[in-house]
Amino acid sequence: MDFEPKILGIACNWCTYTGADLAGTTRLKYPQNVRTVRVMCSSRINPSFIIRAFQLGADGVLVGGCHPGDCHYGTGNLYARRKLAVTKKILEFAGMEPKRFRVEWISASEGKKYAEVVEEFTNDVKALGPQTKFKIRKD
Amino acid sequence: MSRIGVFVCHCGLNIAKTVRVSELAEFARTLPDVVVAEDYKFMCSTPGQELIQNDIRKHNLDRVIVAACSPLMHERTFRKVIENAGLNQYLLSIVNVREQDSWVTEDEDVATTKAKALINGAVFRARLLQPLVSRFIDVNPDVMVVGGGIAGIQAALELADTGKKVYLVERSPTIGGHMAQFDKTFPTLDCSACILTPKMDAVLQSSNIELLTYCEVEEVKGFVGNFDIKIRQKARYVDHDKCNACLACTEKCPGRGVSEWDEGLVKRKAIYIPFPQAVPQKPVIDRENCTFFKKGKCRLCEKVCEQEAIDFEQKDTFREVKVGAVILATGYDLMDTKPLIQYGYGKLPGVHHALELERLFNSAGPTSGKVVMRDGKTEPQSIAILHCIGSRDKNNHEYCSRVCCMYSLKFAHLLKEKTHGDVYQLYIDMRAPGKGYEEFYNRLVEEDVKFIRGKAARVTDKTDNPDHAGKLIVEVEDTLTSQFVTIPVDMVVLSPAMKPRQDAKDMARLFNLSTDKYGFFMERHPKLAPLSTMTDGVFIAGACQSPKDIPDSVSQGTGAAAEALTIVVKDKMELEAATAIVNSAACCGCQNCVRVCPYGAPMFNYEKNVSEINEALCKGCGLCAASCPASAIITRHFTNDQVMAEMEGLMEF
Repeated sequence: MDFEPKILGIACNWCTYTGADLAGTTRLKYPQNVRTVRVMCSSRINPSFIIRAFQLGADGVLVGGCHPGDCHYGTGNLYARRKLAVTKKILEFAGMEPKRFRVEWISASEGKKYAEVVEEFTNDVKALGPQTKFKIRKD
Repeated sequence: MSRIGVFVCHCGLNIAKTVRVSELAEFARTLPDVVVAEDYKFMCSTPGQELIQNDIRKHNLDRVIVAACSPLMHERTFRKVIENAGLNQYLLSIVNVREQDSWVTEDEDVATTKAKALINGAVFRARLLQPLVSRFIDVNPDVMVVGGGIAGIQAALELADTGKKVYLVERSPTIGGHMAQFDKTFPTLDCSACILTPKMDAVLQSSNIELLTYCEVEEVKGFVGNFDIKIRQKARYVDHDKCNACLACTEKCPGRGVSEWDEGLVKRKAIYIPFPQAVPQKPVIDRENCTFFKKGKCRLCEKVCEQEAIDFEQKDTFREVKVGAVILATGYDLMDTKPLIQYGYGKLPGVHHALELERLFNSAGPTSGKVVMRDGKTEPQSIAILHCIGSRDKNNHEYCSRVCCMYSLKFAHLLKEKTHGDVYQLYIDMRAPGKGYEEFYNRLVEEDVKFIRGKAARVTDKTDNPDHAGKLIVEVEDTLTSQFVTIPVDMVVLSPAMKPRQDAKDMARLFNLSTDKYGFFMERHPKLAPLSTMTDGVFIAGACQSPKDIPDSVSQGTGAAAEALTIVVKDKMELEAATAIVNSAACCGCQNCVRVCPYGAPMFNYEKNVSEINEALCKGCGLCAASCPASAIITRHFTNDQVMAEMEGLMEF
């Protein structure tokens, strides 16, 4: 059987989560490997969430927020952007393949973009195979 | 130990078609702490809600999970359901198995597995949910309406009628909008001015409406119930308190500007009222074209003004307005057809766009209602009306502009009445889906209008046929006969796309709205909340949401007024309880939270050396929590523990 990656999504309530809903309302079809946690704002995302997701066995992590400048809370995603850029560097430093972590700005009207990003990211992660570097084994 | 109930909704077949719902309920029963799991056809219906409430009582549940549509759709509904059964509303978790599962795959196994993972995540999270107490804040009873076209006027009048104070903000010097430019309205052919101007006057007369013309929204702070909006009053260079509207100034003024109201067909004075029935009836100076501002001398208007109302020193002024709710009715722009060079607009003088023709029909227009060519005297003997210019066109605007078929029919009728010339309609499909619209179309078919089914390909003045010399040649494929046709005419009228306002994006940013892919404002829900937006307390009406005709805009204006009322009739309103709090024992006093918060909610207590969060200001975004190096800030309902537990549950499958 093909390797089906498990991807953790973290999406902000106002843009990306709504955009993902729009992909559904317009009945777009895309791979179902992403399981999404909804947070109010991408700025809520603590870098430790990302690391924890990999520890829990996520093969990839996809974060979605509003376009910079369009944050529902004004400036939240600008902080998120910096914080997540640093997180990505740390992950790379620790030996994680950079393609396993992706941050995308997807607005509430971009259902199509959401579906495309998920499809592309799923394929990227699939090509990398299972993530074992950070995964903590339960014994 | 929690006692969790899981309720799986079929949503008819919306979910049940791809997700095996009974298997899902069975699976949920096997999860730790789940004491009951059921599936039902429509969980949001009365029997569905009763099923949940009965189970809460019967099994003494303390957490409820509903696997159904998106939480953005029915979280509020189900919160009420469990609250009415005695549970705190925050002890609910919604699992989105419709928008983000059953609707986005056709594979049953995939959809069911994903649903299981999502439910597992929700169970993990539900165990850690905490009851929260809602907060209440005072509501400002006033409303602001932005945009003084027919939708905005309607909304303002309805609200004023209920006794509410309304600020009507309009950026041009008069209210009235596009409707003021029209001569007749379809399909009844009643005179536009006769139905609009009494409403404009009513706005002026209403003691509850404060009319802010020549004003723009500059800055928006606050949130539902308590918006603080900064308004820029653009300098009119005329003191409207002193002006008695004698308009002697406009007679003497030597400056000339392009008349916006007449679509540039004629010039107006530099000190002007946009049109004779404008509200307010007081002039403004157009600085760009004023002789004094350009050359440093003139001041003729000042000399003739007995009221000494002219003030060349006037500057833009700003004022803050506090309101509880906002209605945006900012309307549309007509697409500029110049870039569509195949139709020759701007190059061939015989080509007009729809609003120009409206002005030619209008008795208050540049030709006093005579339809003539641009030379001002020749009556066209043949006219072609070209539908769908820039609409239903993947290279421009994919959507249908909805009103063009009908106003083109209206044009045809009026042209027949006023010119006795031949009238051609070149259409892709005839769309007449409104009350009396199809009948109007049938009437026009009887009126000897020539209908050609096909989109015009080109308008040109070049021809080899000597009979057609001096004419405009419209080239089109008649798709009913599959023949290529050329039609020689004197005048061509383009029906261009209605598009979002040029600055709609800026407006959306100011009010924190989303826009659709074209730039129209996004409604909260296309069916159930067409007038609400994702920003609580901000409503939309009219063509700023999508192309609309007058009846629809008026209905939306009234609807938006009712929506705004649901907020401002209350003295107090409930706010989300999911705010942040500081665990002062862990706070290290770095003040990161104070620096990052856009609402100024965290304050530093210098006596105790810790941050404290003012709950009334907190919006619950969680930025401070993620910025706190000591993890001392807890975003309630989205705590680190809750988020991580959900992640753990999701990753188990």
